[in-house]
Amino acid sequence: MPKIKQDSSIDAGEAVGIIAAQSLGEPGTQMTMRTFHYAGVAEQVPLGLPRLIELVDARREPAKALMDIYLEHEHRKDAKMAQKIASEIEYVTIGDLCSVVENFQKKELRITVDTEYASSKGIKTADVVKKMREALGKEGKIMTKKNLIMLRLNSNCQKMRKTSMKIRAVQMKGIRGLARATIIKDEKTGEYFIRVGGSNISELKKVDGIDFSRIYTNNIRDIEKHFGIEAARNALVKEIKQVMDLQGLPVDIRHIMLIADAMCARGTVEPVGRHGLSGGKFSVLARAAFEETIKHLVNASIRGEEDPLNGVTENIIIGQTVKLGTGKVRLAMKE
Amino acid sequence: MSKSEQKKKFSVFDHVLVPKHEIVPDPEVGKILEELKVSRDKLPKMLPNDPAAKEIGAKKGDVVRIYRKGPGGEAVYYRLVA
Repeated sequence: MPKIKQDSSIDAGEAVGIIAAQSLGEPGTQMTMRTFHYAGVAEQVPLGLPRLIELVDARREPAKALMDIYLEHEHRKDAKMAQKIASEIEYVTIGDLCSVVENFQKKELRITVDTEYASSKGIKTADVVKKMREALGKEGKIMTKKNLIMLRLNSNCQKMRKTSMKIRAVQMKGIRGLARATIIKDEKTGEYFIRVGGSNISELKKVDGIDFSRIYTNNIRDIEKHFGIEAARNALVKEIKQVMDLQGLPVDIRHIMLIADAMCARGTVEPVGRHGLSGGKFSVLARAAFEETIKHLVNASIRGEEDPLNGVTENIIIGQTVKLGTGKVRLAMKE
Repeated sequence: MSKSEQKKKFSVFDHVLVPKHEIVPDPEVGKILEELKVSRDKLPKMLPNDPAAKEIGAKKGDVVRIYRKGPGGEAVYYRLVA
């Protein structure tokens, strides 16, 4: 077995980075010509090139964050349980439940609770009133008639508008940042999981009934923060692979692993590009060859930087043999 | 009761994305570096406040061995806590 492993491993000095770049770059050119989104999918996630760029740029917030939440083993096939947890975590504000109408002449706000929608979330009109009171403090006078809440205010138009915006944003239920919870059945295993827009791992830690060991978010930064750099690397590999596979472009996972490793080599997830991998290179010439040539050369001359010419780019620039492949071997004197 | 206790004891290593980490004892480090032909500071880094590093109690300057699952079976990876 070690022999097979040795035979199939890549030769020393092979330019694996360039091979990886080309192996991802060529299929990337095919991608731009195709559609970016899939029709008919419940949750719209950026796919294809936009998503790939997002991953490689290591953005702090993906355009559409998304979490997959699995249930604990005992009730993983229980659709009702999934529904219950979904409604528990979905973020609901008063603005979502009610229509808020301002009457500036009478100086009052008419808040009509959508009882049907509210009861599906397990919220009563009294709960809304209570939360409103908490948010308002001593301000205004609240009157309730069935599902109609009247709020008398003794302030000018501008302040009334401010108050009405404040009321709309009051949290009734759920976890901040998590919206649009949908229950999805995994056809392979028959278990249910919750797919929710947004990402908030720290708050989900407090929720009972979910399998925290399988919680997943497409926000790589969030994974890095809560599970460490190695988990972030694994998530990066998984996400990039998924983007390529969905486009029907098979790329060997080893190329993706190399890119993910390079992005995670300095302990945090760094973007590929000016502010990350290429911009953080040690050699002045290698940085100058990439972007902002003058800036790097001028700064290096001011600081009196030295370049030991160890890398590939530097040696190409000055016309020396590159330390790659057959250029890597040197002669040793026999003593 | 037991559930909240479980929650408290949650370890990042329970998560499917987190591979096994362990601190490499000092005498072994030299041998590994020689085998890999790198100097200590050229190893990939890991932050001291990384959740996984914290949990195994890795301090600045420690070398951490990581057992990754890859396409060719288990692979060993090293990171320097810095």
